[in-house]
Amino acid sequence: MGHYEAPIREPIIVGDKTYHDISVDVAAPIEGKANTYWKIAFTIALIAMLWGFGAIAYTIGTGIGVWGLNNKINWAWDITNFVWWIGIGHAGTLISAVLLLFRQKWRMGINRSAEAMTIFAVFQAGLFPMIHMGRIWNAFYTLPIPNQLGSLWPNFNSPLLWDVFAISTYLSVSLVFWWTGLLPDFAMIRDRATKPFQKKIYSLVSFGWSGRAKDWQRFEEVSLVLAGLATPLVLSVHTIVSYDFATSVVPGWHSTVYPPYFVAGAVFSGFAMVQTLLLIMRKVSNLEAYITRVHIENMNKVILVTGGIVTVAYMSEFFVGWYTGSSYEDFTYLSWGAATGPYWWAFWALITCNAIIPQLLWVKKIRTNYIWTFIIAIFINIGMWFERFDIIVINLSRGHLPSTWTQFSPTFVDIGIFVGTMGFFFVLFLLYARNFPVIAQAEVKSILKSSGDNFKRERDNPTDVPTPTTPMSKIDETTSAVDDIIEATDLSSDDNDEKTNSLLGSIGTFDKETQQPDDLKKVKGIGPVMEKTLNQIGIYSFDQVSKMTKKEYDLLDSITGSFPGRAERDDWAGQAEKLKS
Amino acid sequence: MSSKVIHALYDDDDVLLKAVKDVREAHQHIEEVYTPFPVHGLEKAMGIAPTRMAITSFIYGLLGLAFATWFLNLIMIQDWPQNIGGKPSFSFAENMPAFIPIMFEMTVFFAAHLMVITFYMRSKIWPFRKAENPDPRTTDDKFLMEVAVADDNEEFLTSLLKKTGAIEITVNEKH
Repeated sequence: MGHYEAPIREPIIVGDKTYHDISVDVAAPIEGKANTYWKIAFTIALIAMLWGFGAIAYTIGTGIGVWGLNNKINWAWDITNFVWWIGIGHAGTLISAVLLLFRQKWRMGINRSAEAMTIFAVFQAGLFPMIHMGRIWNAFYTLPIPNQLGSLWPNFNSPLLWDVFAISTYLSVSLVFWWTGLLPDFAMIRDRATKPFQKKIYSLVSFGWSGRAKDWQRFEEVSLVLAGLATPLVLSVHTIVSYDFATSVVPGWHSTVYPPYFVAGAVFSGFAMVQTLLLIMRKVSNLEAYITRVHIENMNKVILVTGGIVTVAYMSEFFVGWYTGSSYEDFTYLSWGAATGPYWWAFWALITCNAIIPQLLWVKKIRTNYIWTFIIAIFINIGMWFERFDIIVINLSRGHLPSTWTQFSPTFVDIGIFVGTMGFFFVLFLLYARNFPVIAQAEVKSILKSSGDNFKRERDNPTDVPTPTTPMSKIDETTSAVDDIIEATDLSSDDNDEKTNSLLGSIGTFDKETQQPDDLKKVKGIGPVMEKTLNQIGIYSFDQVSKMTKKEYDLLDSITGSFPGRAERDDWAGQAEKLKS
Repeated sequence: MSSKVIHALYDDDDVLLKAVKDVREAHQHIEEVYTPFPVHGLEKAMGIAPTRMAITSFIYGLLGLAFATWFLNLIMIQDWPQNIGGKPSFSFAENMPAFIPIMFEMTVFFAAHLMVITFYMRSKIWPFRKAENPDPRTTDDKFLMEVAVADDNEEFLTSLLKKTGAIEITVNEKH
């Protein structure tokens, strides 16, 4: 049945998982308690965020004069950070949309977190143009709505306004795409939840998802169409961001290569950030089985390609600047003048981090190594920040009039806001990691049979002894069990009465008057029929089940006659012990 | 027509798919199938008509494009023409190249959001709505087929479903 996948493809779900294992693994970070590392990281992020909010409040209260801007360099860290964050966002959409169109199965292990990263990064990006307006309470002037100035409209010829539309469309569409994908996974958490508050929250956010065949059919088509829409959308967003520069007449900005070069750079930096986040997350949240070496290597390949495009763009800019022979081109951000001028360190930081270090990924040993990948990803994050810094500050630092030449130095407010957005970003991401299903588990389940290593192994080497843990039953095996259930048991014989009494004697009786019966179906292995049978015997509560030992299991088996050994295998007592609390 | 349904639970998607085909071949009516993930080929096996979500999206996209064209013309040409950087504002056609980004964004905005809203409305999913999957395990690793019971075929159905490999079979009142 359509689960074939070429043996040459490496498995992307390792560790002999079953459908149920996937649910358990994805729900574990949500159902468990936060560990110390999480608490420390969250505290640091929260402090950074609050510092940033303080710096923003100071800026708004006093005016953007508190930044290090001057007459010549009138855009600096704020726009650098804006472009940096929005670029980081691009990887999420690329992974979830473009890779969906290309039917890349490995996207499923990472798309959820990459999309979360996108949304949180766009939040940070959006802050900068808003606070750069100075009078943030007038931000609604960017929207074409009637205001107290009469029918004065925004200027639709301006790339800055295109940006407003592009980014708000991007943010809202990404959010909807993300949330729609989350519905079945929230539903899984909801149906597993044992605490009433948890159940309430996940019922609310899962929008009552029930998983009907028709719902799934629509879900899949909607996902596909959203991917088709998001793909040109994500390209348009960074294209339009690049227009902010490319449509101006500043040397170094006025460049037709900007749109494709910005898009490639955005994907490059976004994948680096995905690597940074997921390499930590797979360890902390025990997701090594779903975010594997294959995922890391594939992302490194994308980094290599987009890094290559960026490098070629650097070279062509450098060459064209020199080839024009124009003296104004000798102080643009990619020129001999920049490489040897006062901003030589920024120039070389860009070249080293973006063009040279990523070339290490050509070596297979390095691009399949987690530590190396992490280090290189950090360098790329830094390098891509410098790219935007160079484009903005180096180009503005020298102009047509040498008497205006100047440099930029950030104030503590500039630094505070930047650090604050990082704090804000990690606050959101850490909260996400504890409360959201971080793997698109429904999608991962749908590829388990084609790409799970146990299934691949059995299919490719049918002579191997299959692992006994595989519980997916074959038809003929289950029929006999079904007979047992259906002809469920007559429990009234004298012999059984005696056994029942001895069973209840050791696990305790249940008083219907004073006690509330538990939903025994929550124990894996107990279905509605088995629950009824247990109730007939007089077992209603987790407390009773949790007291069962080998002796009681055997008694139970001899009373019901069905599923011999099943209760012991599934460890009902252990499960009930957990459910009790 | 009785008001009873049979719930047959499966623990494997391929077994379920085969079961759906068998039940349909026996001319029994499958009310609903609940699965934890999209089982490919299921809607075809159940005989569900293709979804028209993509078509609605296309129409919404056209609507967005028309809306953008209308308001850009109103704002930039009719209501308050401005000379900005020498870009011609005498007619929509002349000024249009500068509007392409916004027209594109509005097309995507309408196509995406209105389609998703349509999906939510049609599938009846929204905040505060109660889930209707009859067994909580159907979002985890089980697959549930709901078959309508006609006047006196309960036993026949039970034995049929048993043969298809169901791991649990229960008879319920229709909700």
